[in-house]
Amino acid sequence: MYAVIVGGGKVGANVGRALLRMGHEVTIVEARSARFGTLEAEFEHMARYGDGTEIFVLEAAGMARADVCIAVTGDDEDNIVIGQVARDHFAVENVVARVNDPRNQQHFDLLGVAPTVCATESILSLIEHEVPQHSLVHLFSLRRENLDMIEIGVVAESRADGTRLADLDLPRGTLVVSVLRARIGRVARPDTVLAAGDQVVVIAEPGHEPALMELFAGE
Amino acid sequence: MFVVVVGCGRVGAQVARDLIEDGHDVNVIDHNPEALQRLGGDFPGEFIQGPALEVTVLEAAGITRADAFVAATNGDNTNLVIAQVARDRYQVECVIVRVLDPARARLYAEKGLVTVCPTRTAIERMSGALREFAAAGTDGR
Repeated sequence: MYAVIVGGGKVGANVGRALLRMGHEVTIVEARSARFGTLEAEFEHMARYGDGTEIFVLEAAGMARADVCIAVTGDDEDNIVIGQVARDHFAVENVVARVNDPRNQQHFDLLGVAPTVCATESILSLIEHEVPQHSLVHLFSLRRENLDMIEIGVVAESRADGTRLADLDLPRGTLVVSVLRARIGRVARPDTVLAAGDQVVVIAEPGHEPALMELFAGE
Repeated sequence: MFVVVVGCGRVGAQVARDLIEDGHDVNVIDHNPEALQRLGGDFPGEFIQGPALEVTVLEAAGITRADAFVAATNGDNTNLVIAQVARDRYQVECVIVRVLDPARARLYAEKGLVTVCPTRTAIERMSGALREFAAAGTDGR
């Protein structure tokens, strides 16, 4: 697989390293000359100097034959334009973009640049996972596929508490995949009986959160 | 009509003043509070200070009721993103975007944006003037 990474900061360089270890071909485009010097010392010919939002720079980086474009600069407007140019001008099939400011997520969604990764959101989800303020936490969103991975706690005396999974009338478009009990996770089976304190992971189409809350938290 | 202009530099500020002169309503956005001075003391529209990518700033400037939207910040990519947001999210009827890079200007024009490329204009004017001079046969050759 050939990946063009635009933005050679910590994220870009580490993604580049990981892809190389996996045996893939990589080019990293970096616009800051000092940073480019550091990248070139490590990645040699695979580092390329230039503004990755300029079409001729992307062309020289071989974007036309890229299997994936990874837009991970520190500027959201740049990542959106890189993603659009890769998709619309170079017909790259897979675009992955970094969202720096979570408030800009809506622009990526509106302009069809997906999937996206946002460090702030990921850290927040982890905090929610480790120190839950609510019993329902979004672990991960596959926006393009229209699926969310949700973690939800079973609250005492909710409908889920003491109920066999097969008997629980889960909304259509949701699936319980695992149950975490006493720090041990198990793949959910129809005969798994839920108990208060369990953390269940649900794969769901968006919009089912209220129904899930009602089943598992009794709200 | 009511126009929102983003970017109050040489271009944005003068476009805003021209529109006022023609009797239109104009609000202006710029992240730099000092840019307000470019509009002159008698500017009747509102000046909203803040980053244009933020929808709260766009909405404070009245984008939801704008007939036209001008993206003229000094960042090509910022202009391209907010212009698409104005068109696709707020359904602004007339969206005009300044793009200095001719290649991106052409690409996004193909995608239906009204792009204005000062670089392209400069190139055409300069080449045109030189070609005229050459064609007149007075270049000594």
